[in-house]
Amino acid sequence: MPTLKTPLLLTLAWRNLWRHHGRTAAILFALALGVWSMVSLAALSRGSMEQQLVKAILNLTGHIQIHAPGYRDDPAIEHRLSPPGSALTAALSRPEVAAWATRVRVPAVVASERESAGVTLVGIEPARERGLSFIADAVTEGRYLEPADEAGILLGRKLAERLETGVGRRVVVMSQDVNNSVADRGFRVVGIFDAEPQAVEEGYVLVTRATAQRMLKLGDDISEIALMTANRDRLDGLLAALRVAAPNLDVQPWTVVEPLLVLTEKIVNVILIIWYVIVFTAMSFGLVNTLLMAVFERTREFGLFQALGMQPTHILGQVLAESFILLAVALALGNLGGWLTVLALKDGLDLSAFAQGFEMIGVSPIIYPALHAGDVAAANVLVTVLGLAASLYPAWRAARHVPVEAITRA
Amino acid sequence: MEYTVVCRNVAKVYHQDTVAVQALTDVSLEIPKKDFVCFSGPSGSGKTTLLNLIGGLDRPTGGEILVDGNRVDQMEKGALAELRLRRIGFVFQAYNLIPVLTAQENVEFVMQLQGVPAAERGAKAREILKEVGLDGLEDRRPGELSGGQQQRVAVARAIVSEPSLVLADEPTANLDSKTAENLMQLLRHMNKEHGVTFIFSTHDKLVMDFSRRLITLRDGRIVEDVRRN
Repeated sequence: MPTLKTPLLLTLAWRNLWRHHGRTAAILFALALGVWSMVSLAALSRGSMEQQLVKAILNLTGHIQIHAPGYRDDPAIEHRLSPPGSALTAALSRPEVAAWATRVRVPAVVASERESAGVTLVGIEPARERGLSFIADAVTEGRYLEPADEAGILLGRKLAERLETGVGRRVVVMSQDVNNSVADRGFRVVGIFDAEPQAVEEGYVLVTRATAQRMLKLGDDISEIALMTANRDRLDGLLAALRVAAPNLDVQPWTVVEPLLVLTEKIVNVILIIWYVIVFTAMSFGLVNTLLMAVFERTREFGLFQALGMQPTHILGQVLAESFILLAVALALGNLGGWLTVLALKDGLDLSAFAQGFEMIGVSPIIYPALHAGDVAAANVLVTVLGLAASLYPAWRAARHVPVEAITRA
Repeated sequence: MEYTVVCRNVAKVYHQDTVAVQALTDVSLEIPKKDFVCFSGPSGSGKTTLLNLIGGLDRPTGGEILVDGNRVDQMEKGALAELRLRRIGFVFQAYNLIPVLTAQENVEFVMQLQGVPAAERGAKAREILKEVGLDGLEDRRPGELSGGQQQRVAVARAIVSEPSLVLADEPTANLDSKTAENLMQLLRHMNKEHGVTFIFSTHDKLVMDFSRRLITLRDGRIVEDVRRN
């Protein structure tokens, strides 16, 4: 039974590759470029997606939200809930919960002396909201809300511009109270916040929860409980505990509250796979062409190997070894290039000059690439496995020669 | 008597486009162990074809060929490769060394395929290279050797693993007369000392003069089979 002569095959493969330095260098460059583009694009896409996710979760979403049944379909005041009881409070005190807070969140209209706009009125607990949402760090003009702010309100910059108002000016907020009567009251703008996407700046006005409850005659009732955890991808245990603690409430993870984000993530994955396949297809043509040229040039040698007693499977193995070496070196170079690219762009890739509308769709014009082991592994496995598969044809061509025909070929 | 090679009614037809060319017709011969045989004849007489068929590099269209009792005309590709690896050495007119390997690595190549340990094959290769007069040239690649030196490397490769049969196709064709004579003396020495059976295909009178048996082919048939002393 013949054994595979791996060191011999690798020696022959390595030396044969360098018989044509230029050709080998050219195909190595092409393969490495392809791998680099796979790794770099994956890092940029993944980084951009991660930024979108983090932003969306911080934009008053959190990792888990708890509502009264029906609120998610109709976020009106009648779909309210009582403050958390002892069982729910205990569940919210589990160690995996990093922060949680209650909110009032209802549709409203805000008006200045010049303009009015439909918004969502959000009543927050200023201290508890820190670490839970973007708002505490987003106030760029004026100040953040304080617990004692009876009449203070925060507006987004775009909304303030639209209402032609600013810090220190007064606005009126109108909504529906628990008695289905119009509730309105005046507020003084204490701060202006900046946020992405612009819809957040235009869509929310924030007051203290106590003020919102009084205005809407809610008593102690609230619209939602939002919480953050240490890991947004491991929520199953906590969700189960919360559902047991609050069996009559609607407890949902961010993936349900923001389905568009999940869909976007899936689209990014599909785009990456398509990109991988396109790049690989282009690479494989180069690889197969190089190997076929090498096989045709060395037909006589392959005949000689057979004449000397080398098994056809070893000849197949030799061509595959050449392909493997090419792929391994290209993968090493491409991965190194991708890693250096990510390192070079650690302060962000600023595309604002080319994509001014990015923020309107929730995508930051500055992308911070994120190298995920899974993406790198997927690119490497794909290139290796499919590369070797593509090399089978030239290898088979080399192994199938009749020795005498190969040796006597000029 | 034990025979290394037995051919019975061997025929070979090549097809060139639509034309069938009869390369060998009804060739029968027996070559005993340790013989030193030469196939001669004009170009196209079938001597190289017969050599290739005996070595299992090609298949006959008729008849039987036995090498050390093995029916090479019926063997699978893998089994034929194994037979060539263990029993047959080849010396080609164009040397056919592996260009990316050094002289020593070329000589070690067959032993490496045979699974001979590195130290043993290294020692054997150095010894045989010394024997063929290439001491000191072990690390040179074929491109750095003269034609005669390359052919001696090819001979060393063919005999280093002590096959029972060496097939040499026009081994002196690219050598000057002095180198050719040295080479033939070397092969004769191997034949006598190691008991290797040699079969040559040649036009060269020098090779014919060295052989103990001269088989002449013409138009694919054996026309003369002379044993010499």
